Amino acid sequence: MTTVAPKRKLRVATTSLAGCFGCHMSLLDIDERLVDLLDHIELDSSPLTDIKSPGMCDLGIIEGGLCNAENVHVLRHMRERCRVLVALGACAITGGLPAQRNHLDIRDCLQTVYMTGVGVHRGFIPNDPELPLPLDKVHPLHDVVKVDYFLPGCPPPAEAIWQLLTDLVAGRTPQLGHGLIHYD
Amino acid sequence: MMPPTPTAAPVPRPTFQLDDHQVPFTPGQTVIQAALAAGIYIPHLCHHPDFAPHGSCKVCTCRINGRMATSCTFPAAEGLQVESEAPEVQALRRDLVQFLFTEGNHFCPSCEQSGDCKLQAVAYDLGLLTGHYNPLFPDRPVDASHSDVLLDTNRCILCELCVRASATMDGKSIFALSGRGITKHLVVNAESGRLGDTILAVTDKAMSVCPVGALIRKRQGFRVPIGQRTYDAAPIREIAVQGAATAPGTGGQTP
Repeated sequence: MTTVAPKRKLRVATTSLAGCFGCHMSLLDIDERLVDLLDHIELDSSPLTDIKSPGMCDLGIIEGGLCNAENVHVLRHMRERCRVLVALGACAITGGLPAQRNHLDIRDCLQTVYMTGVGVHRGFIPNDPELPLPLDKVHPLHDVVKVDYFLPGCPPPAEAIWQLLTDLVAGRTPQLGHGLIHYD
Repeated sequence: MMPPTPTAAPVPRPTFQLDDHQVPFTPGQTVIQAALAAGIYIPHLCHHPDFAPHGSCKVCTCRINGRMATSCTFPAAEGLQVESEAPEVQALRRDLVQFLFTEGNHFCPSCEQSGDCKLQAVAYDLGLLTGHYNPLFPDRPVDASHSDVLLDTNRCILCELCVRASATMDGKSIFALSGRGITKHLVVNAESGRLGDTILAVTDKAMSVCPVGALIRKRQGFRVPIGQRTYDAAPIREIAVQGAATAPGTGGQTP
């Protein structure tokens, strides 16, 4: 490579949309290499920093798919602020487990959970204006914005996350061999 | 991977060119049969060595003498020029497999077949990281009426292996495809349309050929933990040609 590697650290934002934080757990699962990683990146908004809104970032890592209006808003915001966007994990890439409601009617879902479900008394469908409205279908990220890289897995193995991050930090196209591509 | 060269053959077998290899074949073999027998993997889903060529999934497409053709239906012939690993061919296969993923409901994390699934293993082999196309999330039925078998058509890729196995080997003709185009779907030969009302047995050949998790044995699902399954141990590229090395030139021949 003849290009000059930037000395400054990459600014990285992460977020979890309709996910379970399992992918973030897998990120932490790269263990002591996190210390090495912090020589090359600095975290912007992330559940790990508790900064709520990203500044201009080099890299955005998104776990989870889109199940409500706020997810879409956050995703678009991340897309605007991040030069490179990574869809991390099954839900971000396929909709994942939440998307298993896609063949059901959303009204039936809400009524079953909040009104007619077992053990529900005097239930009602939550309608506080602060609650984001659910989408009728759960979508993967690339249904709404351009996604630059995809890292599948439920969650992606820590080794695969390490490979992706070190490749991106070094300016390489991420390469995942056998054992690092997993959909389960 | 070099193909094993036939040794002590009294008459040299005819060959064709497959990427960098000269592949020997027996007249009557298809391109994919000769390739697998020689230990060379060509990605495929609807091809199965125990059945006649079908040519429906198109994943085994190669560029043969300059034109795209399914290697499972193309008769091997002296001097053919076959390209299998060319980037254009691999890109075409990747598209086809992405269509399969986005047309069905393939939620690998919750599928009993994950790790043993050929669709998944072929996708790994092709380096598929995303379905790319917008998923259709079709509404498809699950049939749990049979005491030993679960039929989940969300995962069906219409390869017709169960159709063929049930008709030609089990002699039961339990399955068929119905409909056209995007509405094509697997149907069950019973008045009720339910698997529980058929004579399907869990020991039938039809039960052992499903490349995905559409036909599942009940009470077996997670006997082997995720992460310790067939294609976790080795890629399909290696597993599909196992045995070929010990019996060069015979492994892919159909009986």
